[in-house]
Order: sequence, then structure tokens, then C-alpha cells
Amino acid sequence: MYVYADNAATTKMSETAMKTMIDCMENYYGNPSSLHSVGQEAATKLVEAREIMARYLHANPSEIYFTAGGSEADNQAILSAAAAGERKGKKHIISTTFEHHAVLHTLQKLEKQGFEVTYLDVHRNGLITAKEVADAVREDTALITIMYANNEIGTIQPIAEIGALCREKKIPFHTDAVQAAGHIPIDVEADQIDMLSLSAHKFHGPKGVGVLYARKGMQLVNVIEGGAQERGKRAGTENLPAIVGMAAAFRESCENMEKNKEKITALREQLINGLEKIPYSVLNGDRTHRLPGTVNFIFEGIEGESLLLLLDDKGIAASSGSACTSGSLDPSHVLLSLGIPHEVAHGSLRLSVGEYNTPEEMEHIVNSVPGIVEYLRNMSPVWEELKKGERKHFLQK
Amino acid sequence: MLYSEKVMDHFQHPRNVGKMEDADGVGEVGNAKCGDIMKMYIKVDDKDVITDVKFNTFGCGSAIASSSMATEMIKGKPITEAIKLSNQAVVEALDGLPAHKLHCSVLAEEAVKAAVDDYYTKKGVKPKVQE
Repeated sequence: MYVYADNAATTKMSETAMKTMIDCMENYYGNPSSLHSVGQEAATKLVEAREIMARYLHANPSEIYFTAGGSEADNQAILSAAAAGERKGKKHIISTTFEHHAVLHTLQKLEKQGFEVTYLDVHRNGLITAKEVADAVREDTALITIMYANNEIGTIQPIAEIGALCREKKIPFHTDAVQAAGHIPIDVEADQIDMLSLSAHKFHGPKGVGVLYARKGMQLVNVIEGGAQERGKRAGTENLPAIVGMAAAFRESCENMEKNKEKITALREQLINGLEKIPYSVLNGDRTHRLPGTVNFIFEGIEGESLLLLLDDKGIAASSGSACTSGSLDPSHVLLSLGIPHEVAHGSLRLSVGEYNTPEEMEHIVNSVPGIVEYLRNMSPVWEELKKGERKHFLQK
Repeated sequence: MLYSEKVMDHFQHPRNVGKMEDADGVGEVGNAKCGDIMKMYIKVDDKDVITDVKFNTFGCGSAIASSSMATEMIKGKPITEAIKLSNQAVVEALDGLPAHKLHCSVLAEEAVKAAVDDYYTKKGVKPKVQE
């Protein structure tokens, strides 16, 4: 049995999206900027895709900017708000310690340019509160950027509350919704979001395409200079097949969201119920305020990469926040931000499931993980020390 | 693939895994914080030949494979030869390691040296390993 349980990394494309893309490549190959009818037919497709994205985000089509993915959208949103703030002498930004690197690295770049960033600490349950955001606000706060749902542990932040607070204080609010879009309802109007980033390949769309939603009146700076595409804010001939593929996938995901959510949540609960029986293991992040399909566990005394390799052997594709899987020496900044010590954070496992998964597949995972954990613990000197009491357990039971 | 077939073989079927209650030398290197700990046990006969080796490792695939390979390379060898085991030799025997995993082979070399060191210390001989 082969089980793809790494949907937070990327998803398999939906057939609808693929068919839409092929149709576009075959029949709408023109450049939307061309005046002739071949170009104008392509331009019509672009308009339709923009309308679809806007509709399901509760935005206006003129507020949708197509980008080459979530990272680009994050970069552009943050750099734009920073530039606008700087013009008014505001050089303070509020964010959290467990944002995606597309956000964190952009913020670090701004810090080198004289911006000051407050990184809010995340609680052990993977959540922050609107009150903590409010307490960090200053006269010179130019931007608040807080992710909708975390990519590693799946916790969903109180976005509407933060949005209301930002609107009240007249501070631009950006959210990285890459993990949330297409999986939970997003309403930029109701949530009072000023800028939002999303990426198509997280909801069965193609890779290399995304959206920056920017509320009317937000001043954007270009990340890519050149032609007048995207109302002059994102140069380069539009990747039309990918854009229409994204729109098709987004529509499909949003139309089936309730049905999918129910199914995926049941799969997730099956995983959690099965895996939490493993001694000295814990689910990371709040049990209920989480994405339907994301599960993140830590198992004491083992290292995540070897766990992944052995799972792969059993046909299970998963991921880990262990240092060894990232090429750096530090384990996941997300797990460290929750207050999990380095040595424990190495033993993490993220399983992210979607509507294409089945209960039988979850059973295969639940049946496979305990044996692998036990095998690795038996050869782990760390586990030996934990057993003998020479090292203190971080987790209960 | 990230790893060579040799690495995968030693990771999936590690040689000489386990503990040794009556070891003549035990070495532990690495740090759980960094994600790798290797513990190596050696049994040495009266002719200073390593007759048995065991290891326990907390770490990634290449750490487990490096430990396994190192135990194979020193088993049956005189101690004087075992302490000459270099990390490069371990890497070569594994048909290479990715650049960011080379430290695993260094740990394997250090684990062998630490075990031999412990053996000499227990025997009351001046350690000649960590020079």
C-alpha cells in the first residue's frame, strides 16, 4: 500500500485542474496582453480566473494579483506595507516566531534596513491571542503579519479577532494563508484582512502559482519589474495555464469544502487516536483549533529522519521537523517556538492528509508507526538514558 | 535518492546493533541537542584484537549507517589498526554521504576512538588516542 500523507508539503493535482490546464495550453495559448483575438481569448480566461479567486475569498477581482506562489506573495505584501509605513516614519512590524520562512526571512531583511520587528511567542498549544497582538502595538507599527494556519502543526490563529483589532487601530494586516486556503473558509471581508497570500499547489492546483490579495487602497511595491501585467504590480507574461488550473482547483476545493472537511477531519482523528497510544508521544498544537488534515507528533528518544526513511519503506510519505531533514543543524523553528527542547524536537513527525486519502490508509499508518518508533528507540542511547532515569522525560506517560 | 544503496543497506539492516554488558571499552559521542548520539561498545582479547563490537545510535539515517559501517570496519582488527579508522574511510565504504551529512562519519570515527580510549583507561594504559 502506498500512502501519500504529506499534503502540507504539496498535493496531487486534481483532475479538474489538469484538464483545465490542458485545455488552456491547447486552445488559449495567446498572450493576454496581445490585441489580436488569440490574445484576447486568453485575456478572457485570465479575467475568469481572477473572478473565481476573488469570489471564493470574498474579494473584488481588482484586488487579486497573480504571483509565482505563496513565497512571492508574502515577500511582496510585507515589503509593500514596510515601504508604505516607512514613508510615514513607521518602522515597526508585529509577527510571530513560527511564521513560514518566506515571512521570517523577509522580516529579517527589513530588520537590516532599520525596521524593528516584534516576534510574538507562541504558546505550547501553537496559538497566539489577539490580546497579545494588541499589547505589542505601537504608535509606529506599520504592519501586522500573522499566519492563518501553521504549516507544520496546523494550528489556526484567531484571524478575525486580529483583523478587527488591526482595522480598529488602522494598521495593515497581512496573513500568510498558504496552508488554510482551500481547506477552511476564508472571507477577507469578514476577517478584515488587508493582504493575504496563497499558493495553488496546497489545494490540488499546480506548483509555481499563487495569489496576493491586496485590499483596494493598499499600495504595492513591485518585486518584479517589467511590463504592465497585474495592473503594473507584477511584471511578466502571465502563467495562464497555471492560473486557470489554480482557479479550477480553488473553486473545486471551496465548493466541496464542507464535505471534504468532514471526511478529512475523521481521517485526522483516526491518526491522532491511533498514534497518541504510543508511550511518550504527544500531539503538537491545539487539539481542535487545527486544520482538518494536519497532524504533528513528537516521539521522545528518536530522530525524525530515520523515522521518515523507515516509513517510506512501508510506503508512507510523511515529513519531519528534524534538523537532518532540513539540511541545517537546528530542528524546526516552529517546534522550538512552542517551547519544545532541541533534543525532543528532533523526534517529530508531520502527517498531512487530504480528501484523496482513505481510512484504510490511516490504519496502515497507525499500524506502522508504533513498531518503527519502538525499533528506533531500542537502538537509541537517548532512549536508554530516558528509561534508566539518567535523562529526564520531557513528555508524560 | 539522497543516499547511496550502501547507506540505505546499512541503515535498513544495521550490523552489530545493540548493547554489550561486559564491554572492555565504551565510547559515547555527540549531543542529543544536535540530533546525533553514538555509543560504541568493544570487546578486546588479550592480543589487543577487537573480537566484538556493538553500537546504539540516536540520529538520522546516515548516522545509523555510519555507525554500522564503522563497527564492521573495526571488528576483528587489532586495536592499533582500529584507532586509525578515519571518517573518510567510512564515507568511502558507504559510497559517499551528502555534504551536510559528513559530520555523521566524523562521529563514527570519534565513537571508535572514544571506545578505544575507554579501553586503555580501564586497562591503566596511557591513552594514545586523542592526540
